[in-house]
Amino acid sequence: MEDVIVMQNVWKAYPNGVMALNGIDLSVKQGEFVYVVGPSGAGKSTFIKMIFRELKPTRGKIFINNKNIANLRERQVPYFRRKIGVVFQDFRLLPKLTVYENVAFALEVIEEHPRQIKRRVVEVLDLVGLKHKMRSFPDQLSGGEQQRVSIARSICNRPPVLIADEPTGNLDPETSWQIMEVFKRINEQGTTIVMATHNRDIVNKIRHRVVALEGGMIVRDEQEGDYGYEN
Amino acid sequence: MAMKIRTLKRHVNESFKSLGRNGWMTFASVSAVTVSLLLVGLFLMVMFNLNKIAGDIESDVEVRVYLDQSITKTQQKTLEQELQKIPNVQSVRFQSKKEGLDSLLESLGNDKQSFTDLQKENPLPNAFILKTKKPEQTIGVANTVKDYQNVTDVRYGKGTVEKLFRFIRIARNVGIVLIIGLLFTSVFLIANTIKLTIVARRREIEIMKLVGATNAFVRWPYFIEGLVMGVLGSIIPVIVLMVVYRFAYYNLGGNLQQMFIRLIPYQTMTLNLSLLLIGIGALIGVWGSMNSVRKFLKI
Repeated sequence: MEDVIVMQNVWKAYPNGVMALNGIDLSVKQGEFVYVVGPSGAGKSTFIKMIFRELKPTRGKIFINNKNIANLRERQVPYFRRKIGVVFQDFRLLPKLTVYENVAFALEVIEEHPRQIKRRVVEVLDLVGLKHKMRSFPDQLSGGEQQRVSIARSICNRPPVLIADEPTGNLDPETSWQIMEVFKRINEQGTTIVMATHNRDIVNKIRHRVVALEGGMIVRDEQEGDYGYEN
Repeated sequence: MAMKIRTLKRHVNESFKSLGRNGWMTFASVSAVTVSLLLVGLFLMVMFNLNKIAGDIESDVEVRVYLDQSITKTQQKTLEQELQKIPNVQSVRFQSKKEGLDSLLESLGNDKQSFTDLQKENPLPNAFILKTKKPEQTIGVANTVKDYQNVTDVRYGKGTVEKLFRFIRIARNVGIVLIIGLLFTSVFLIANTIKLTIVARRREIEIMKLVGATNAFVRWPYFIEGLVMGVLGSIIPVIVLMVVYRFAYYNLGGNLQQMFIRLIPYQTMTLNLSLLLIGIGALIGVWGSMNSVRKFLKI
C-alpha cells in the first residue's frame, strides 16, 4: 500500500517560543487507522492541524498524497483541503440549517453540481445512519447524532484522508461506540483515518495502530497498540 | 474569472439575506453614505462651476495699458516693441481712443443715450491691450509695464481675478478635508456593518474554509453587500442634486448670464456628477466591506 501521509523531521515552534513538535517522522499507509494519543500539551492538536494545513511546520516536510504541503501556496490550500475530511470535538454544525443542508453546504461552497450534491448527501447520511433525520435541525439531535452529521459532512467529498480531533470528547461512552462504528465503515471503504483521542476504552478495545506523543515527540508507535496511559 | 450563474445567484442571495437580517445597521450605513455623497455632490457641483467660471475669466484676462495723450508716433512704436519683448506677453494690440469709447458704449447697452456727451469730447486715452500667456501672469506683467515711460495707467481685472482664485483655492482645500472626513466615516460605518454580519457568520466562514471554499468564494457575498450599500446610498444624492441643479441652472443661470457668466450645461453636469457619485458610493462600499473580510479569511 502507498503512503498517504509522510512527515519528515517536522518541527513546530509557536510565535511565543513554545516548541509544540520536535522532529516528527512518520508515515501512514493508505487505508490505515491511526490513533494519536498522549497527555494534554503533548502536541496532538498541533500534529492534527498540520495535516490539514491549518498550521504550517516551522521546519520539515509533510507529504499528503505525495505532495509537500509545507510549501503549498495560499491559493492552493482550498483545493488541498477538499481532499481532507476533518471532524472536531464540537461538531461545528450550522444551527440554522437542517441536517441535509449542513452536509450539502460543504459541497455547495466548492461549487459541486446540484444534482451530484443531492445524490451524495443522501448517500452519506445513509452511511452514518441519519437518512431519516435529514430534515431535522442540529438542536433536535443528540450529541452522537450531531457528530455523525459532521462526519457525513467531512466525507461527502470522498476525501482519501479523514482527520478527527477528539471526536468522542463530548460524548458519553455508548454514543462513542456508535461513532467508532461509523468510522469503521468509512475506514473499510479505504479512507485513511487519523484520530487524536483521550478515550482509553476505545483505543484498548478497537485495536489499531497507536502513535503516542509526548513533549512534541513520538515516544511510541505500535501496530495494534494500547492506550498506555492512566486517564 | 468565470463564475457559474448558479454560484453568482447564491452570492447575491446570501448578501441580500444578510442585508435584510441586519436591517438597521444597513439603514444606518446607507444613510451615512447618502449624507456624505449629498455634501460631496453639492461641493463638486459648486467647484465644477467655479472652475469653469474661473477658466472663462482666465481665458479672457487682459492688461490695458493707457498711454500719455502727448505720446508721439515714434515713442508709441518703440513702446509697442518693448511691450512685445516682455517674456510672458502673448499678444499686443493697439486700441485707439475711438475704439475704446465704442466698446465702452457697447457694454453699457441701452444706457448709452445718457452718455452722448462723451461722444462729443472723448476723455479716453489710447491704449495697448496685452494678453498674457497664463492668467496668473497678468499681475506681474501689469507691475512691469506700470513703470514704462509714457504709460499713464495700467488696468487689469485685479480685484475679481485675484479674489476668485483665492476663493477657489480656499474652498477647494476646506472642501477636500471635509469630504475626506465624510468619506472615511462612511467607509468605517460600512466596514462595521459588514463586520457585524461577518461575526454572525463566523462559524459559516470557518466551515467554508475547512471544507475547501476559496477565499474568493467566501468574499463574494460581502463584496456584493458593500457594493449594494454604496450604490443605494448614492440614489438620493443623485436625485436631489439633479433637482437642485435644475433649479439653479434655469433660475439663477439666466441672471448670471447677464453678467457674462455661463454655468455648466444641465445635462453635462448631471450626467457626470451622477456617474461620479455612484462610482464613489460603490467604491466606499466595496472598500469598507473588503477591509473587514480580510482578517476573517486567515483560517
